[in-house]
Amino acid sequence: MNDKPRTQRFSVESYVVGFILSLAFTLTAYVLVVQRTLSRRILIIAVTILALAQFFTQLLFFLHLGRETKPRWKLLVFLFMTMIVAILVFGSLWIMYNLNYHMTLQQMYQYLNNQGDGL
Amino acid sequence: MSEVITVASETTQRNDRTVFGFWVYLMTDCVLFASLFATFAVLRGNTFGGPSGAQLFSMPYALTETLLLLASSFTCGLAVLAAQRRRKDWVLILFGLTFLLGLSFLAMELTEFTHLVHEGDSWRRSGFLSAFFTLVGTHGLHITIGLLWMVVMMALVLRRGLNSDNVRKLALLSIFWHFLDLIWIFIFTVVYLLGAIQ
Amino acid sequence: MIASIDIGGRLSMQALQHNWVTNLGILSMVAGGITLLLVLTYFKRWKWLWREWLTSTDPKRIGVMYITVALVMLLRGGIDAVMMRAQQATSVGAHHGFLSSDQFQQVFSAHGTIMIFFVAMGLMFGLINLVVPLQIGARDVAFPFLNATSFWLYFAGGMLVNLSLAVGDFSAAGWLAYPPLSELAYSPGVGVDYWIWGLQIAGVGSLLSGINFVVTILRMRVKGMDLMKMPMFCWSVLGSMSLVIFAFPILTATLTMLALDRTLGMHFFTAGGGGNMMMYVNLIWAWGHPEVYILILPAFGVFSEVVATFSGKPLFGYKSMVWAIWAIVLLSFSVWLHHFFTMGAGADVNAFFGIMTMIIAIPTGVKIFNWLFTMYRGRIRFATPMLWFLGFVFLFTVGGVAGVLLAVPPADFQLHNSLFLVAHFHTMIVSGVLFGYLAGLTYWFPKIFGFKLNERLGKYAFWCWAVGFSLAFIPLYILGLMGATRRLDHYDASMGWQQLFIVAGIGVAIIALGVCFMILQLIVSIKQRAANIDKTGDPWNGRTLEWSTSSPPPHYNFAIAPEVASRDAFWATKQTGAAVNKHPAYESIRLPKNTPLPLAIAGFSFICGFGLIWHMYWLAVLALLATITCVIVRASAQDNDYRLSAKQVEKLETAERGL
Repeated sequence: MNDKPRTQRFSVESYVVGFILSLAFTLTAYVLVVQRTLSRRILIIAVTILALAQFFTQLLFFLHLGRETKPRWKLLVFLFMTMIVAILVFGSLWIMYNLNYHMTLQQMYQYLNNQGDGL
Repeated sequence: MSEVITVASETTQRNDRTVFGFWVYLMTDCVLFASLFATFAVLRGNTFGGPSGAQLFSMPYALTETLLLLASSFTCGLAVLAAQRRRKDWVLILFGLTFLLGLSFLAMELTEFTHLVHEGDSWRRSGFLSAFFTLVGTHGLHITIGLLWMVVMMALVLRRGLNSDNVRKLALLSIFWHFLDLIWIFIFTVVYLLGAIQ
Repeated sequence: MIASIDIGGRLSMQALQHNWVTNLGILSMVAGGITLLLVLTYFKRWKWLWREWLTSTDPKRIGVMYITVALVMLLRGGIDAVMMRAQQATSVGAHHGFLSSDQFQQVFSAHGTIMIFFVAMGLMFGLINLVVPLQIGARDVAFPFLNATSFWLYFAGGMLVNLSLAVGDFSAAGWLAYPPLSELAYSPGVGVDYWIWGLQIAGVGSLLSGINFVVTILRMRVKGMDLMKMPMFCWSVLGSMSLVIFAFPILTATLTMLALDRTLGMHFFTAGGGGNMMMYVNLIWAWGHPEVYILILPAFGVFSEVVATFSGKPLFGYKSMVWAIWAIVLLSFSVWLHHFFTMGAGADVNAFFGIMTMIIAIPTGVKIFNWLFTMYRGRIRFATPMLWFLGFVFLFTVGGVAGVLLAVPPADFQLHNSLFLVAHFHTMIVSGVLFGYLAGLTYWFPKIFGFKLNERLGKYAFWCWAVGFSLAFIPLYILGLMGATRRLDHYDASMGWQQLFIVAGIGVAIIALGVCFMILQLIVSIKQRAANIDKTGDPWNGRTLEWSTSSPPPHYNFAIAPEVASRDAFWATKQTGAAVNKHPAYESIRLPKNTPLPLAIAGFSFICGFGLIWHMYWLAVLALLATITCVIVRASAQDNDYRLSAKQVEKLETAERGL
């Protein structure tokens, strides 16, 4: 069905809330990394979660995703994109690290050390 | 009478299509950046005997860049609100502010790049550095295009005022600018923050 | 003289020196070009060309241009194929054929690149432009300017590849240019750079078209045409374009990284310096596999239209066809590793991708059964488009099961990069993509040009293709199983392969005969057009909206928006015998103006590419600035449309109908 045209009005509040939240997420992540109080593993997870939180915050408060009327094509295309990106990034990482599956540890050291005669 | 309504709804439909089309384009840009991110993730350890991220990047520097860009995204959003309310003076001020903040971000980034090259840690040094310069550089290129677009828009606004055409284009520009800040969140996290941890 | 003027870069007179084979090719290209210029001048058609074609924003015109360029490129790619078969049939033992190894490598690289990027993509976008707006009851695409730009960028990319024949060399690194061979150390010449920039420019065009048609199909369907009432061709295009928008950015990024390696000394995929060549293979196939589904889905869409029309029945299993399309779209992003099972991944990774590859065969199977069920108990007419479909069903199934065999990693370890693989993908692309688009061309030709093609010659062409293809590629399945690898320009007599290569050579000769019949068909049809005029606009007793317009349709497609209440909207109208409204209420129509900017943007992109290839960076920068200027000029422009008043529309319509 074709969409009915519509104008959407967003308020200053949306942007102020988004800005303050983003600021908080950024500074928190920064401080956590610089202070190094958490263990490496937890730190990586925390920083990732904070990044995703800021991502969704800005999507909602700056880009107003999800606030369109039906049919929600923008949202659908966005979700499709995130799926593709996830497959591409995590799939590539899985594949590329798995390519060393058949190498022995010694072969890996040799490979890394022989990067000297590079082209 | 019905002809007028048809024309008006025709224009609104076209505007909606343009916004949607631009959104779809941004989704494709996300996949472009994802390819660069994936490559960075794979090559981040390939320092070829050279320095790693932890050794090269200054955290306070990266934080400053991040805050500049975040602030510019905020002012950009306000600028679009002003445009919707047809406040030409506020549009010029806020977009001008956005431009200055964006330009400062770009200047800092170029300074960082120049410094690295002078130290001998250019994109030719290793796979890691190639990936770094390309990922961050592509984002910087998008920022440059955004800044250029802002200059053109300000000229158009000064010349023709805030007609519906210009308001629509400013909305597209702001979506583009917000999207660049979104990408930067991931660059800041993956390149700088996670780079410092490894 | 040119050599003594310093224009920077590495361009010199040496770039124009070639062997006799290449010189023949250049001669025919130049002869063709000069003939075209002479014809245009003699018939005084320059203004007409500029006004009606070069600056047009009408998708019907753009579609014809795409198809014309694609068919010309088909000839070039086909000649490459003939050369390869001739070489492999004769280069045995003491004989070394007529091509050197380097030439042979350029030939197979050019063949693959041209066929995929400039023939298949060209025919596809051509048909999409011609058909989709008409089928959804729209007057245009969502972004007409962008549409024209897409075509001209495609043309510019193709022209760069063609230029490489005359000025310098083409790539000798295969149609996908794997590093380290494609890196500077092993390919220091201009060949790979031509490949990179030709594809990069054409790729941007494809991406923009993807965006255009996604928005067009989602947002410009006529009132009443819900998605589930849309023709199946449009569904297949929506699926394909969704793949385009998410896959092509990967290609853009990867080509850029290879270019950066070659131009700025980066180390993404180099053999040392911390590069990882396998990442290139990974990324290029993450694009490459969706690409083949991009090509096949609209071809499936054509078959859906053709089978329904020529069986006189609605398409069987509409819903399951839609679900099959989206299953294919989703799954096509989860199988790409099957192109490099042998690159060293462990059993778990290989097994996962092997299983996903086998699963993706299922929705295609669903589609084939649906087409067969559509034919069951239908009143089948064996017109040429239907013959292409029947050839497809038999051959594609054979190629498909070969694919399922290759999906098993241990089997693939034996067959990877053998002629078995080559036979498999040619079967899929020729009997699937090419037969599908040729069926579409024959089917929609009367709509676009107003007269039908000669049926008899069309049938001869089909039989030559079907028989010729079988003779050309079944031997290759056997050769592959016997151990013959791909891209061989010479082999030992003791292998015992020559006889099969000779059979394959005969097959290609029969295909060439088929191409001759197609050219003859075009000439004869044009000569006999007066006798074959399509007076009704509905020469096949069609089911979808495009057949409700005149042949050819007016510039604006529909003066009054058609009324749609069900699937096969036009068929429904014909069944209910709705009376033709003799005095419809015409409205004014807004249309995009002609513009030379798309041509300019592509022209400057071409020059920029040329400058980058030959290291004439001053030229590249200037051309880039010119391109940006064009974009800014367009972005600042306000007055891009014109309006046909209701009275003007009425005049055109009544003149057309002879009322």
